[in-house]
Amino acid sequence: MTSSAIFLILVLLSLVSFAMTRQKALTRAGGDPAKLHSLPRHYGYFAATCVLLPSFFAFGIWLIFGKSIIEGLIVSGLPDRLFEVGTDQATLVLNRIRLVVENASSPETDPDILAAAQKFNDLYIRGIWAAFALSVSFGLVGFYLASNRTQPDFRARNKFERIMLIALALSSVIAIATTLGIVASLLFESLRFFHEVPVTEFVFGLHWSPQTALRADQVASSGAFGAVPLFAGTLLISFIAMLVAGPIGLLAAIYLTQYANTKMRKIAKPMLEVLAGVPTVVYGFFAALTVAPFFRDLGITLGLDIASESALAAGIVMGIMIIPFVSSLSDDAITAVPKSLKDGSLALGATPSETITQVVLPAALPGIVGAFLLAVSRAVGETMIVVMAAGMQPKLTANPFEAVTTVTVQIVALLTGDQEFDSAKTLSAFALGLALFVSTMALNVIALKIVRKYREVYD
Amino acid sequence: MSETNKDFKPTDWHSDEMNARIKRRYRKEKTFKAFGLGAVVVAALFLVMLIGKIASDGFFGFFQTSIELDIPFEQSVLGNPREMSPEAFQEQVKRANMLRLIDAAMKEHFPEITNRRERRDLIRMVSTGARGQLRDMILANPTLVGTTKRVSLLASDDIDQLHKGKIDKNEPEANRKVKDKELGWYNKLEEEGRVTLHFHSTFLTHGDSRDPEMAGIWGATVGSALTLVVTLLIAFPIGVLAAIYLEEFAPKNRLTDLIEININNLAAVPSIVFGLLGLAVFLGVMHLPRSAPLVGGLTLALMTLPTIIIASRASIKAVPPSIRDAARGLGASPMQVVFHHVVPLAMPGILTGTIIGMAQALGETAPLLMIGMVAFIVDIPGSVTDAATALPVQIFLWADSPERAFVEKTSAAILVLLTFLIAMNGLAIWLRQKFERHW
Repeated sequence: MTSSAIFLILVLLSLVSFAMTRQKALTRAGGDPAKLHSLPRHYGYFAATCVLLPSFFAFGIWLIFGKSIIEGLIVSGLPDRLFEVGTDQATLVLNRIRLVVENASSPETDPDILAAAQKFNDLYIRGIWAAFALSVSFGLVGFYLASNRTQPDFRARNKFERIMLIALALSSVIAIATTLGIVASLLFESLRFFHEVPVTEFVFGLHWSPQTALRADQVASSGAFGAVPLFAGTLLISFIAMLVAGPIGLLAAIYLTQYANTKMRKIAKPMLEVLAGVPTVVYGFFAALTVAPFFRDLGITLGLDIASESALAAGIVMGIMIIPFVSSLSDDAITAVPKSLKDGSLALGATPSETITQVVLPAALPGIVGAFLLAVSRAVGETMIVVMAAGMQPKLTANPFEAVTTVTVQIVALLTGDQEFDSAKTLSAFALGLALFVSTMALNVIALKIVRKYREVYD
Repeated sequence: MSETNKDFKPTDWHSDEMNARIKRRYRKEKTFKAFGLGAVVVAALFLVMLIGKIASDGFFGFFQTSIELDIPFEQSVLGNPREMSPEAFQEQVKRANMLRLIDAAMKEHFPEITNRRERRDLIRMVSTGARGQLRDMILANPTLVGTTKRVSLLASDDIDQLHKGKIDKNEPEANRKVKDKELGWYNKLEEEGRVTLHFHSTFLTHGDSRDPEMAGIWGATVGSALTLVVTLLIAFPIGVLAAIYLEEFAPKNRLTDLIEININNLAAVPSIVFGLLGLAVFLGVMHLPRSAPLVGGLTLALMTLPTIIIASRASIKAVPPSIRDAARGLGASPMQVVFHHVVPLAMPGILTGTIIGMAQALGETAPLLMIGMVAFIVDIPGSVTDAATALPVQIFLWADSPERAFVEKTSAAILVLLTFLIAMNGLAIWLRQKFERHW
């Protein structure tokens, strides 16, 4: 019995109940739909939802919590011998059991683990049958109740639409649930991290070396979690990116809105859209393979020492990526300036460029500042370009020719590859994620505030 | 007025000073305009450079060099299919050391080389995948045994790069991946017309491999497709329903305001944060399988949800109120108004937004790294719970590989990914232009 089979059976059940109830409603009305309060299919819809909702609810609970409950049962039944080494052995033992369960030919030899895996399989099979029985019986009860209410004067449409409305509202609440999920998961894991590493060390520490000692007697890797070098690296690369994207994006927006003819716009706008649609991993590849070696070789010719993974290369390519972002947002801000302002300035004898710099841009300034802030937030959160081109050295430097590392690079480095889910090293990634989330959120909120507060309202 | 301002003189617009001033202003105007045009041109240049570099590298990724050798299919190695049961023959062929066949062919061709080490280097000119190639040939046609046949075998990645001109023959030997000795052998084979370049379908039909000449993107493509199916199945219904609620039914209160702000903010959350969410919730709490398209799809669904909601709302809003009024006037319930009239009319816009959201999801890499879809996976995934990787992640993995030949494979994979993206966006534009109605 697999989950997808159960899913299909439940869907089938609801389809059958739809057809049967629809027929029943018609029969009760003596074959004349006009005698029913609602259309026959509404009775069917109502019955189908009465079957689907409770049965899916029961099945969903099994899907989400089933495995955890079984694992809890198994761990509590294990002999103490397996936990002698320490308390955090529980996840390790559990992982060994999981390995046996997923892969029959694993080299596990410990009889207790093998027995536990066997027990897990037994319990899992029993559990899935129980879940199946429970969800089907829930569905049948729903069908029975709906079928009982199928009378000509039953307001099936109103009931069904009521359920639909709730479904619609729930869908829109999922957006909030996602945000809450992000905040909760980041906060929860970060709090566990700050339990081991003080917040002050994380925020103000100047040394980042997350490799913690595997054994107590190891000296080499101390595990320092000062995130300042990461923040500095992120800021440096974002700054370089904005140096590229800011002027180019803004000037392109000015040209396209104020000077270019329709034909030019028809070519340039889709071109910028293509630039925006290129996946970031492609930019990363371009940065690592073409731009970084170019700057390194340029450095050799000029006698400068440019690292092969320099902040400069990553920053410039990131700037290219952000150009369309800056230009389309600035474009919106500039086109929102009423034409009368511009015409007035032109009528007084100002040249188009004087009109733009002295009338249009000041009027569009809040929107442009907002656009820049949103672009910075995009740059701060960008991952693939820096992962592929910016390097891993957590150096505290303002020299763009050196390799630096960023918050996102470290998150990826800490969470890819095999590692314990509970170690301070892994948890630190969530603390970095929290810092990233809070800073980008703050930038967005500030950007929106600026746009709202300083926007001139014309008309 | 002239009384108080005796030395007032009207501006002489034709004085030299004024002419110079106007000239200066016009010059400024021209410079400004040139800067604007320059910015557009620079952006265009970046795009051309990016696409040009990747297309010129990637083009060769679809082609692979082969070496034609006269392979003696010796009975001593393979056994005799006429004397053995078919099963026993298959078993023997599967276990047979195909390198001996290649070695024999090479010996025939380069009889002067007797040193064992050099002979090994000779064999290395052929890809490790050639063994499988020979095995499949024999299993498909057992009558080959005992004959000698000219077979086109995949060349190793270094020979392939040499043949494509990516390795400079004039460079000093110490800096070159292909040594003088191998270069000599290659030149000999080349002169005899045994080195050929041909379209390499393995790249499009096979999974990943450690050897660039055997690596393909089909596994990653299937992984991406499965992931996108999950994303679509979750994000599309929820996104559209949420948009309908917010646009048509939601009362104006603090909660709906909060939802709206929330959706806009979610759209700006870095994608890697969604990856952290997926890691903590889908893997940490729900214990869904790691590296699976199911988890990738769920994570990407949460990420594309805001895009779909925003696009759908705009599209629903564009349906004129007269449609709703007419439907209501004929006795439709609010639900019927929306589902029978408004949503069908808004569908082209909703679909356009959804396709654009899907295209974003297809190009997204960072969240997938977080949930472990970054493993080396040879098998083609068969279901949404199998371990899989996705196209952009495959690109990331190959970009990290030290072998030079992976550069063109990476670029070729990027070309495939870009083709998909262009197709999706093209479909979206076509939908918009064909079905969009202006009221």
